Amino acid sequence: MKRTLSVLVNNRSGVLARVASLFSRRGYNIESIAVGVTDDPEVSRMTIQVIADEATFEQITKQLHKLIDVIKISDITSDERVDRELALIRISADSSNRSDILQVVGIFRAKIVDVAEKSIIVEVTGDEGKIDAFVQLARPYGIIEIVRTGKVSMVRGSK
Amino acid sequence: MEKCGADILVKCLETEGVDVVFGYPGGAVLAIYDALYDADIRHILVRHEQGAAHAADGYARATGRPGVCIATSGPGATNLVTGLATAYMDSVPVVAFTGQVATSWIGKDSFQEADITGITMPITKHNYLVKSTEDLPRVIKEAFYIATTGRPGPVLVDLPKDVSIGKCEFEYPSSVDLPGYKPTYEGHPKQVKELAKAITASSRPVLYVGGGVIWSGASDVLRELAELCDIPVTTTLTALGAFPTAHRLSLGMLGMHGTGYANLSVNECDLLIAVGARFDDRVIGDPRTFAPNAKVAHIDIDPAEIGKNVRYDIPIVGDARTVLESLIPQLSPMKRPEWLAQIAQWKKEWPLKYPRYADGIAPQYVIEQISDLTGGEAIVTTEVGQNQMWTAQFYKFKNARSFISSAGLGTMGFGFPAAIGAQIGRPDSLVIDIAGDGSFQMNIQELGTAVQYKLPVKVVILNNGYLGMVRQWQAMFHDKRYSSTALDYNPDFVAVAEAYGAKGIRVETEDEVRPSLERAFAEPGPVVVDVKVSREANVFPMVPPNMPISRMIRGDES
Repeated sequence: MKRTLSVLVNNRSGVLARVASLFSRRGYNIESIAVGVTDDPEVSRMTIQVIADEATFEQITKQLHKLIDVIKISDITSDERVDRELALIRISADSSNRSDILQVVGIFRAKIVDVAEKSIIVEVTGDEGKIDAFVQLARPYGIIEIVRTGKVSMVRGSK
Repeated sequence: MEKCGADILVKCLETEGVDVVFGYPGGAVLAIYDALYDADIRHILVRHEQGAAHAADGYARATGRPGVCIATSGPGATNLVTGLATAYMDSVPVVAFTGQVATSWIGKDSFQEADITGITMPITKHNYLVKSTEDLPRVIKEAFYIATTGRPGPVLVDLPKDVSIGKCEFEYPSSVDLPGYKPTYEGHPKQVKELAKAITASSRPVLYVGGGVIWSGASDVLRELAELCDIPVTTTLTALGAFPTAHRLSLGMLGMHGTGYANLSVNECDLLIAVGARFDDRVIGDPRTFAPNAKVAHIDIDPAEIGKNVRYDIPIVGDARTVLESLIPQLSPMKRPEWLAQIAQWKKEWPLKYPRYADGIAPQYVIEQISDLTGGEAIVTTEVGQNQMWTAQFYKFKNARSFISSAGLGTMGFGFPAAIGAQIGRPDSLVIDIAGDGSFQMNIQELGTAVQYKLPVKVVILNNGYLGMVRQWQAMFHDKRYSSTALDYNPDFVAVAEAYGAKGIRVETEDEVRPSLERAFAEPGPVVVDVKVSREANVFPMVPPNMPISRMIRGDES
């Protein structure tokens, strides 16, 4: 099952390496990881997506807790939350199909952020499903390159 | 007052109560060694940095205080790695200081540069690369705090050369601020109550205790609990000595080479109380069939150990001593004559014994003699392999911190430098390394250290001319194809000992064993006793890997 962890860590060099090293040495799989500083410059937040069964997931959170630089872990898998991911997608496009692509871009409320002679770069923001769907529709035109940020999440409400 | 980083380090060590460090100098730690030159800290010069890490580890295990080691950058630091991994696997508080190239040279493949914080990330509890002298006091304070609290473990502090030379105002912090590190000591009262109920309801309980009992100083409360409720006790390798072997409730060690009666008791028990133990594969065999009829209560200070390998019914996160102390008042005296009669029967059916071997002295006999001569009061270290398992089986332990061995990592070459560290920590104790001819050669150079510091450490080599445990597995699982396990070119260990300035004693017949050991133990300095033992003696009983621990091979020996 896919699960989402929101982890507060010390904003120090090497912390990402500690987390990554823990996952690799214990054989856990990271689906995606996004890191950024919080409003407190000493603290960063990691949004980590993993695929794990109940027992493995319990181990993952417990083992993460053992890292001295990990301050707080929240399992937000079943919380009401907003998930967002951003993707930049370079699609081959020339005058013959550019308007078709523009239509798809419009439907997804995506943005064209760069236009070249034979390609365009599209920026899509949304949850994972939306980005996957856009990628599906764009594929026939020829995807040259995709860069995805990994998911960031925030629990809804006043929490 | 302004101080340089190296002086700050020394001052911090003194404040932490460190009176001895084990180390080896080099270019990146010159300033530190200069500061040590007239410090009130004893520096023990080892002959290889691995020896420094193991000696610090042995010191910590023998005394309960953190062991400290120092090495230079690059190869000095990487030579500590096996020692740190050993300490990590057995949860031993070791603080290691390594030199590093100057911060401006980090990442440039500089001379004797190695990314030791990167290398040791998975084998330390925590580590630091100190980037400015101002950070040093806080980092050292945190390093000792982290190493010695919660589940103990090694911490490494990497000190670039400019950090140890640089100057700043010195003030040692009085407390630490680590929001991500808050070990739990008190067990949850509801769970403790649950355990008390389970003990009262159980008719066949077993206490399965590990190294956590030693580190929390829980031996006496463990004994109180066992005696109060008539609960038999089996220990892991690291917990030998936590409960006296000769006690009527002692089952000895469990697991792959555990006693038949310990393994059968665990197999048949209806309540397994794990205290400071981590259900290692060498203990549990096949996890699905371990303690199949039991409710499992697990007390551990590390929440990640609970449920890691084996299911649980009553989880209690906390310090072993604190939890047992809160448990005992909730219990009334109990007697379990039927359960203990059953165990007495198993003790009859599965005695620890060994045959007389035609080709040489029985190694088990040598250990029995050591046990008898020392009355179980010595500090015994071992190497890894048959020597270690026979010691676990045949030495009658009485006290916590009297058995020191690399259990988790299984590090050959550990026992001798660990014995050196133990001897320095407890100068009045008789310290004996029970070794194999293979393992001893992995850190034989530390004879130089033992001689230099006049340490009366005794090494008893059970010399069978083989890497005995590997040979045993080859005999059992590979049709006796002894691939690279015969040590046909061993040196003359007596001559080696004497070349270093130690005493060497050779023992070739059974009747020489006892008088030779007596002579060795009476010597004021280091002694190597080279005992020629039967070449192909095996350790039994044995549970083949990944099998239920009730499926023991009795072997031809018993």
